[in-house]
Formats: sequence, C-alpha cells, structure tokens
Amino acid sequence: MIEFFTTTNLGIFLLIVGQVLLVVVPLLVALAFLMYADRKIWAAVQLRRGPNVVGTFGLLQSFADFLKYIVKEVVYPAGADKVVFLLAPMISLVMALIAWAVIPFNDGWVLADINVAILYVMAVSSLEVYGVIMGGWASNSKYPFLGSLRSAAQMISYEVSLGLIIIGIIISTGSMNFGAIVAAQDGNLGLLNWYFIPHFPMLILFFISALAETNRPPFDLPEAESELVAGYQVEYSSTPFLLFMIGELVAVVLMCALVSLLFFGGWLSPIPGLPDGILWMIAKMLVAFFVFAMVKAITPRYRYDQLMRVGWKVFLPMSLIWVVLVSFLAKFELFGGAYARWAIGG
Amino acid sequence: MIVALTFYLFALCAVIGGLFTVISRNPVHSVLWLILAFLSSAGLFVLLGAEFVAMLLIIVYVGAVAVLFLFVVMMLDVDFAELKAGMAQYMPLALLIGVILLMQFGMAVGNWQVSEVAEAQRAAVAPEGVENTAALGLIIYDQYFLLFQLAGLILLVAMIGAIVLTLRHRKDIKRQNVLEQMWRDPKDAMELKDVKPGQGL
Repeated sequence: MIEFFTTTNLGIFLLIVGQVLLVVVPLLVALAFLMYADRKIWAAVQLRRGPNVVGTFGLLQSFADFLKYIVKEVVYPAGADKVVFLLAPMISLVMALIAWAVIPFNDGWVLADINVAILYVMAVSSLEVYGVIMGGWASNSKYPFLGSLRSAAQMISYEVSLGLIIIGIIISTGSMNFGAIVAAQDGNLGLLNWYFIPHFPMLILFFISALAETNRPPFDLPEAESELVAGYQVEYSSTPFLLFMIGELVAVVLMCALVSLLFFGGWLSPIPGLPDGILWMIAKMLVAFFVFAMVKAITPRYRYDQLMRVGWKVFLPMSLIWVVLVSFLAKFELFGGAYARWAIGG
Repeated sequence: MIVALTFYLFALCAVIGGLFTVISRNPVHSVLWLILAFLSSAGLFVLLGAEFVAMLLIIVYVGAVAVLFLFVVMMLDVDFAELKAGMAQYMPLALLIGVILLMQFGMAVGNWQVSEVAEAQRAAVAPEGVENTAALGLIIYDQYFLLFQLAGLILLVAMIGAIVLTLRHRKDIKRQNVLEQMWRDPKDAMELKDVKPGQGL
C-alpha cells in the first residue's frame, strides 16, 4: 500500500491531491467560523449582538450566507466582458488558495518545501491584484473601475514595503524557506528568541502593510461603502461575489500565518519545556486574526492620499533603512548574533 | 515523463499567450494574454531549476510591469480599431523586415560555436550543494560586483531623468503640508467658549 503511494505515478498524484484537500478543506471550514468571529468581534466592540439567529449563538451564520449566495442568480451587467468578468473572481480565489502550498503548519508539515517559499508567497500575492483589476474593468461600470484602480495601486504600493520587510528576515535567517526561518527562531529562551524582538519595528510595519495589502480597514478604500458603494465588486452577485469574499478572507488568514511564521516562531512553543506543535501555530494565527478584527472595529478609514503618502514616503524609506541596518548588524554579528542566525536555521 | 508533460504544457501556453497578445482585438485582452505568456515562462524557468529567476519574473514583470501596462491600456483613450485599420498598408514592409530578421537569426544561430566549457556549465547552473539563490548572489555581488553597480547607476540615472522630465510645480493649486498640519497646536487654532443655555454668547 505504501509502495503504491510512493512509487507509482497515480499513487503520488492521489497522495498529493489528498494532501491538498487536507490543507484546503480545514482552511475553508475554519474560514466560515473566522468570518463569524470577525462579525462577532466587530459587533461586540460596537455593543451589538452580531449574528445570533442561525444555529446556537449564530454559529452557522456563515453556512447560511454561503447557501444564500450560491442559490441566487448570477447577474451580468450589460456590456460586460463575460469571460473576464467570470475569470476575475476565480483568479482571486485560486491565487489566495495556492499560496498555502508553501505554508508549513508544523515541522515538515508542508505541501511544497521549496527554497524560495517567501518569494513564492510574494509572487502569488502580487498576482492577486489581477482578480481585482479584471473584475473592475470587466464590469463595464464607473464605480467598480474606480474601485479596482484604487485597490490595484494600493496593493502594489504596499507590496513593495512588504517585500523589503521580509528581506530583513531573510538576511537574518540566510534562507527563504519557512522551515529554516522558524528553526532560526528556536532556542532555549522560548519566546524571547523569536524575531519579533530584534525585528520589532518591522513587525509593526508588516502588520500595517498587511492590512493595506489585504484591503482591510482602516485601508479598505477600494470598498469604501460610503463613497464607492463596494468598489470593484459592485456588479457582482451570487457565487462570483462569494468567490471574491472568500479570496479576500483567505488572503487575510494567509497574512496571519505569515505574521506568526516570520515574527512569532510559527509552531515553536513560547515557554521552554512545552512541546512544539501545530496547536501553537493555530493559536498564533488566531491571535493575529483577533488583532486584525479589532483594528477593523476601532479605526476610522484613511483618506486615499494619506494612504499613498504613508506607503511611499514613510514605510518604504523606513523598511529600506532597516534592510541596510540589519545587513550591518548581521554581517558583524552584533548584539550577540541576534540578527545573524544562519548558523541555526539556514 | 511528468516533467516533459509539464514542459510541453508551459511551452504551449507561452506560445499561445504570445500569439494571442499579437492578434487579439481588445488591447486589455492582449495584456492578459501577455501575462499568461509571462507566467508560462516562469514555469519553464522552474523546470530548468532556476526557481529564483522564475519568482522574480513573476514579481517584477507580472506583478508590476504588466499591471502598469494594464493601467495604461485601460485609461488611454486610443481607438485601437482605427490604429489597426492601416495594417494592410504596411503589411508588405513588415513582412519583408520579418523575413530578413528571421534569415539573420538563422545565419547567426547556424554559425554558433559553443565551447565545451560553456556546454558543461549550461547544465549545472549552481555549484553542487549551493542553493540557486545563493549561487546567483555570489555571482552578482562578488564576481560581477562592478557591472552590477554600474547597471544600478544607469537605472538611477534613468529614474532621475524620468522624474525631471515629468516634474512640474503647479502654483495654482493648494497643497497640503502634512507635517504642518500634524504639528499644529489646538490652542492656537481654536478657542473654547462655555455657552450658557438661554443666553448665547
């Protein structure tokens, strides 16, 4: 039996399909509850009750929404480019999902253990912008088009600083593999060994850039329901709209995973002595998601020019300076080698 | 076998993408086909074992350059049908140039002499035991450091040139000075009055 799965082509193919399902299905199920949690947290901050009708405490609300979306009719706007119109949400979802191929959940629990894992995530997230642009353009309508242009410009701008922030981590680790990055944060001090201490300024920048990159509040200008009604997805209905929503939320969860892998030691346990494992990884992702949800609830929306100014004139120079600084600190192994950990990880 | 199959898939996609970039009527579709061609070439790079170059191709070309193409094509009000109407007129000249170029390529490639050293290096890009990325870094930052710096300098000059060409200071609009706004003191800007009910100010 084991031989069939490791030697024959069909066996390997089935094995890979099984592994992919093992990542995607729990992810999508978790997504339903994360969506619910997002709404509940938001409601709690605003002293509302949030979803509370479907199922106990409204737990099944996301599934009800899901059903509602898929049984509705797909509406095509007049003059829409039908192929591109339908392709856009699919690209959005697929790009958000395939990034998970390189995200490890535990030591060695990863679909594709490739050398350039971080670059792969960056490449895939740079492709996500196409779903937005294509959706806005194919709708053949003014508001979606404006929304998609805003969104695209915003995502490109913040990707630059995200990339530079990640370079600091790569320099410290000497590898672009997530396994190596987490291994480099291992040590007998527990959570004091993690990158969030030496790279603390970049943690903040990364988090804010991640908010902007995923179009979350306070940077949800593409949606901006008060001015653009809902940005690039105005004309979408039914399942295509659902695909956009899932794609966005998967991207948010991906950012949570990145934060916990890059800065909080992934599956490493915070207290020396406790066993490492996937539960730590999930717990860290959930905490990161909670912070995402809280930021959504408590911050007012930025103005668009402010957003661009912060991205290009504040974040970009700061992360660039940090790259140079980290290069020096790592090269001369200052601060007890806190910035030069390739001996451990890479 | 799977590698060969993947190669043909990517190669086919690249060729089809390139073809439709040229022949599709809608310019936005052209750019989308171009993106398919880029992606397929990135796949070919991965098959060659050059994963770093592949990822860079996607991040730089697909993630940034093609997005700018798309912006320009979407925003510019160019009547592409009219542009293409004159195509038949220039067809003979274009064909002539194309044939000449093809012949030149044929002659150049036909006489191409490959030394054995180059032949051996082609297969083994990275030295044994060194990651693709690290090998590339060693070559660029150690072996060809000066050339790399010069290339960067040329790009810098081009960037400054582009900025100088497009920079103009407009006097007729009101600009916001963000720092000034941030450092403004509420005490200087406003006065608080305690308004009694029924009396007014």
